[in-house]
Amino acid sequence: MRAFSYERVSAPAQAASRAAEVPGAKFIAGGTNLLDLMKLEIETPVHLIDVSGTGLDSISDTREGGLRIGALVSNTDLAANERVRREYGVLTRALMAGASGQLRNKATTAGNLLQRTRCPYFYDTAMPCNKRAPGTGCAALGQGAFSRQLGIIGTSDACIATHPSDMAVALRVLDAEVETVTPAGASRTIPLDEFYRLPGDTPEIETALMPGEFITAVKLPPPVGGRQAYYKVRDRASYAFALVSVALVRQSDGSGRVALGGVAPQPWRRAQADAALPDGANAVMSRLLDGASPTEENAFKIQLAERTLAGMLAEG
Amino acid sequence: MSPPIRFEMRRRTFLVGTASAVVAANIPWRANAQPTSLAGPERSTFTLVVNGEPRELAVDNRTTLLDALREHLQLTGTKKGCDHGQCGACTVNVNGERINSCLSLAVMHQGDEVTTIEGLGTPQQLDPMQQAFFDHDGFQCGYCTPGQICSAKAVLEEIRDNVPSHVTQDLTARIEATDEEIRERMSGNICRCGAYANILEAIHQAAGEPT
Repeated sequence: MRAFSYERVSAPAQAASRAAEVPGAKFIAGGTNLLDLMKLEIETPVHLIDVSGTGLDSISDTREGGLRIGALVSNTDLAANERVRREYGVLTRALMAGASGQLRNKATTAGNLLQRTRCPYFYDTAMPCNKRAPGTGCAALGQGAFSRQLGIIGTSDACIATHPSDMAVALRVLDAEVETVTPAGASRTIPLDEFYRLPGDTPEIETALMPGEFITAVKLPPPVGGRQAYYKVRDRASYAFALVSVALVRQSDGSGRVALGGVAPQPWRRAQADAALPDGANAVMSRLLDGASPTEENAFKIQLAERTLAGMLAEG
Repeated sequence: MSPPIRFEMRRRTFLVGTASAVVAANIPWRANAQPTSLAGPERSTFTLVVNGEPRELAVDNRTTLLDALREHLQLTGTKKGCDHGQCGACTVNVNGERINSCLSLAVMHQGDEVTTIEGLGTPQQLDPMQQAFFDHDGFQCGYCTPGQICSAKAVLEEIRDNVPSHVTQDLTARIEATDEEIRERMSGNICRCGAYANILEAIHQAAGEPT
């Protein structure tokens, strides 16, 4: 790990302004992903801004009837929240499908959104990676590469990494918004469907956040009701990243919403696919995954996604 | 017969950074060059409350909570396994919650209450969870055991607090300490000797349930 200096801040606006002032600074809260990457020198901040004292650790009702989730609320506390498990069940299910008990106690809501990909080539500093070291190439697309876990849609010739979060897939299906404060002290709201950028030629730029911009909360609209479920398919029964995951909200008339995890650089949802839900899993996936470009190793994810949704729909 | 989903298999690409460049440079590809001058001191002084006792530390900011316990406070009961949050050997309790001490900076724990395996019991008076691991042979080599025990104690508290898990069927009902619940909640603690069956029995005994 490279040496770094360290400071604590007590207010969100102070965090953002310090991050803009100090070159090479990064925020740290739970630190479960950042420290892992710092040990491998994939992340090399020279200054850490500890934001855990900024007081953003509560969940409150919004005037509109939704929920405002502070950026520092832990994954455990969010999943266990009474209103979340009663009215936004897909979010509790997604959170509990991810990581381990120890990690969920430390991991925060904003940190979960901002976690980096688990692509093995991003993690291997002996290999090229356009996300870690722009312009070096994508080892995941090289001869004999291991791409079974990686993306099948929304990817580019520069990067086929997926976003690893389960939580974000549920937030996408719930139409969440991300609240931030900029270094200038202004607040802004970014819908989650505009938060994650597709890689294109610049896979190192992952979100719509500007330098120094600090996430203060995630906002959920009023509950949408329906039957909510999150089904995660992975190589072992617990504590593994998704091959494919499906977040589903289904109303009694058969309409609803679907988002996929494990297949793209962002939680993957399309309005035309939602609209096809009454027509079944194949109708949904032929719209949601239309134009996919899998590798030979991960083409199975297309059929797996369809069958996962079909199984969920069959359960009612 | 449902129509196939349209897709086109991606072609492999030629790497921009060629093999010869790898050999020539022979250094790992890191992220973009970062400034090297620090914005402040690279060491910090702070106090942890470890097993009820305030302990002042003056350490490099890079020191993890795990290394602070083992290397600076000589509390070597907490183990370093993978050092990346994957094995759970480093599990300790901080302010009432279990965490991976390898993935947490010591400097971020100013004033925090840390409980390690050394704080749970004594050889003369074992903690009920320690006794249960002993009674049921919940270990072989023992390296993962401090983390298993710290984690197991927290698991029972989480079930008592009705914190849901991945296998909880009804999110609004009271959660019971079933085999399935305990197994799922212990998945962040790896035992390469494979003592899982006995660990499960030990946790049941500590939970006061029939084994």
